[in-house]
Amino acid sequence: MKTKLKLKEKLFSGNLGFTLFSIVIGFVVGAIVLLIAGFNPLEAYSVMISGVFSRPKYISWTIIYATPIIITGLSVAFAFRTGLFNIGAEGQYIIGSLVATAIGYFLKLPPVIHFIFVFITAALAAGLWGAIAGYLKAKFGVHEVIATIMLNWIALYLNNYFVMLEGFKRPQSETSYEIQNTASITILENWKYSDVGREWLSNYPILKDILAAPVNLGFLIAILLAILVWYILNKTTLGYELRAVGFNRHAAEYGGINVEKSMVISMFIAGALAGIAGALQVTGVTKSVAILAAMEGYGFDGIAVSLIGSNTAFGSIFSGLLFGMLKYGGPKIQPFLRAPSEVVNIVIGTIVFFVAIPKFIRMLGSLMNKKRGEKNVG
Amino acid sequence: MDGRNFKEKVVEMKNITKMFGDFKANDNINLTVHKGEVHALLGENGAGKTTLMNVLYGLYQPTSGEIYIKGKKVNVENPNVAIENGIGMVHQHFMLVEPFTVAENIILGMETTKGIGVLDRDKAIEDVEKLSEQYGLYVDPNAKIQDITVGMQQRVEILKALYRGADILILDEPTAVLTPQEIEDLIKIIKNLTNEGKTVIIITHKLKEIKQVADYCTIIRRGKYIDTVKVSETTEEELASKMVGREVSFKVDKEERETGDTVLKIDNLVVRDNRNIKAVDGLSLEVKSGEILGIAGVDGNGQSELIEAITGLREVESGKVYFNSKDITNKTPREIIDSGISTIPEDRQKRGLVLEFTIAENTVLENYDREPFSRKGILNENKIKEYAKDLIKKFDVRPNNEKIKAKALSGGNQQKVIIAREVSNDPDLLIAAQPTRGLDVGAIEFVHKSLVEQRDKNKAVLLVSLELDEVLNVSDRIAVIYEGKIVDIIDAEEADEKTLGLLMAGRGGKRNEN
Ligand SMILES: Nc1ncnc2c1ncn2[C@@H]1O[C@H](COP(=O)(O)OP(=O)(O)O)[C@@H](O)[C@H]1O
Ligand SMILES: [Mg+2]
Repeated sequence: MKTKLKLKEKLFSGNLGFTLFSIVIGFVVGAIVLLIAGFNPLEAYSVMISGVFSRPKYISWTIIYATPIIITGLSVAFAFRTGLFNIGAEGQYIIGSLVATAIGYFLKLPPVIHFIFVFITAALAAGLWGAIAGYLKAKFGVHEVIATIMLNWIALYLNNYFVMLEGFKRPQSETSYEIQNTASITILENWKYSDVGREWLSNYPILKDILAAPVNLGFLIAILLAILVWYILNKTTLGYELRAVGFNRHAAEYGGINVEKSMVISMFIAGALAGIAGALQVTGVTKSVAILAAMEGYGFDGIAVSLIGSNTAFGSIFSGLLFGMLKYGGPKIQPFLRAPSEVVNIVIGTIVFFVAIPKFIRMLGSLMNKKRGEKNVG
Repeated sequence: MDGRNFKEKVVEMKNITKMFGDFKANDNINLTVHKGEVHALLGENGAGKTTLMNVLYGLYQPTSGEIYIKGKKVNVENPNVAIENGIGMVHQHFMLVEPFTVAENIILGMETTKGIGVLDRDKAIEDVEKLSEQYGLYVDPNAKIQDITVGMQQRVEILKALYRGADILILDEPTAVLTPQEIEDLIKIIKNLTNEGKTVIIITHKLKEIKQVADYCTIIRRGKYIDTVKVSETTEEELASKMVGREVSFKVDKEERETGDTVLKIDNLVVRDNRNIKAVDGLSLEVKSGEILGIAGVDGNGQSELIEAITGLREVESGKVYFNSKDITNKTPREIIDSGISTIPEDRQKRGLVLEFTIAENTVLENYDREPFSRKGILNENKIKEYAKDLIKKFDVRPNNEKIKAKALSGGNQQKVIIAREVSNDPDLLIAAQPTRGLDVGAIEFVHKSLVEQRDKNKAVLLVSLELDEVLNVSDRIAVIYEGKIVDIIDAEEADEKTLGLLMAGRGGKRNEN
């Protein structure tokens, strides 16, 4: 009885322990699904692991997959820490990538400066997009979940409208023109395909393999953004205000903090982050935007990333990488096991679900406690 | 004592220790309760009363110690074991299902069924009515929990326990949520219960109630057993000093003072409440430097709205608020704070503190954006820490650790953090709204001293309280509020409970004279 309690306490007390526990659960349940579908889970997981780690190129790809969802994770985490639930990272991401593509294609600027300009305009546009939800909540009490869900759809259709416009749409395709090279952040993009580059790289197979993927500066920027988010939240007066409003808006108001302004600022920052995720994806990987038949899910993945990262900046980096592995390595088990792609998707979905669900339950629990606490005050 | 003799031991808790991690919430506590008695458990907030009772009720396992119920050693593994042994508990926070009816809540989990699994509702209602008549526990069996008063919800909880066959009833701070009238009803109910041979353990830190209702009282302090006394042979002062561990004075010491200039002037103020009804309706008032003006009144006569209006949290519809002769009507909370008004808010957990913040973060809630606590938008954590440490020491906040979250503090210590913060702003006007609500005597004494100190520094203090004793003890002048107006202002020297009571009920007073 005693030792059992101890073990349980240990597992559930530390956030890190709890997270690891959730991840194990996720993989165990994923294994059960594989077993039921008639496949050997050990084999499947080892294929996945070697599909992520066995070649430098694979690691490059994993990081490329992880980068945008780390940043949308930061966006959701930032909003959450200030008391807001940003379901809108998806739409903010779309706005960010659309603006990044437009500025990257239409403007002609010198390298570096062009990228910086793309980066800033995309962040501003998506920030304003997010701030709409903050404003609606502050002024009219519209719940941010509802507002951001609607804004997601508006963003999607705006994207499709602009991509279709003549002069922006690349003929005979469903996508826009590509951005200028001056706006790209892909590392050694031209050089690595040039004759000189090829010849040089053939002497360095590892480097060649790494660069076989569109390796770009996005991941570095994601880490810098995580540091920035952590710094703003914990070390600045702005972060103090936003957190105070998030924890207890009544006390914040009493202390003289402008609650409405805080909500708008918080959603602006969250939106800007998600927009940066979109801009980095465009400038580093896709180079253009396409007509979207459905949401791509970067924003929604961000919710799970934030959740698993305990809504912290650095937690988002690690959970984003974990997600990147699943998203990149997961589908590799399909050709190997000859499993239908549905099974693979179900397994990935199950793992994600069961990694997230214990956290989610705990979060709900603490929310309920908070509510109950408020009610019984005095 | 009215024919009851307390010979038969029904509960014996021996050497109970309960640890939470390294923290000893109960440290070797003994408790003996006899059949038919009302046994009070007295202690400051955080003393470990609830923990001890949760151990008895099987919600916590003791780290060590033994429990005997009716002479038999029992291992109370869970509440079911407690219930089987005739123990019922009414928690501080009720555990009722809101959308269900009273009767449904009472029979929940004990449903009598007609034949195969069909709920026998009529039988249930009949049983409930019988019980409620027997003990004077008036309830409406068909009303939904969400629609009834807190007092009735409490009676439902008591009935729930009795329905499960409890003959030992634990009530955890039952009076904290009740109005004075409801408290009297509860006391009657408790007497009915013991007359029928039930045993009642009542947790409280209100000494008056112990004198009124309890036969014996066990005092615990910081997790340790102090004493068990016969209530009829002790005084409130003795109980208080045992609870706090030092002498406590109920009388507030203060010397005569000359009052100075008018600091706060309220002129014909009109403020609406959340339902858009005029809660403050043409109220005028002046507070001078060097005085404590107390506002007495029954809850809901516009006190909360008045304070929110002065502090900028609620819009003033008409009328004016002047502070040091400057018009501050409808200024923002920040402007009003900066002009020199500090407030101890009425609801410390809702308004006064960010519970998830550390003590240090809470101490700068109003000046985090000013030097030395920040520069150019960057917090200076060292300065905040030093400041918090200083306040913790000056105001004796326990535990003295600026890094712990405010939610981990007891009510009294939370209030100390707020008072430390507000008084340190060195305000010309300190507003204290129900500053001692829910606090134990030690903390109350501290709060009152702080108010008097402000007054003695020639500051103005506006005290709003629902406790008549408090208003009478602390104030220099007393204004009575009724339906959003001040009906009379009396010198505290000349005031007594009776005249104030009448004024508070809307009878008497200047305005009604002609
Ligand atoms: N579940 C718990 N975990 C850790 N500490 C607790 C727990 N319950 C109570 N405590 C601590 O034990 C002490 C006694 O609490 P409690 O029994 O609720 O006091 P009381 O009812 O006398 O006000 C307090 O310091 C409280 O913070
Ligand atoms: Mg308690």
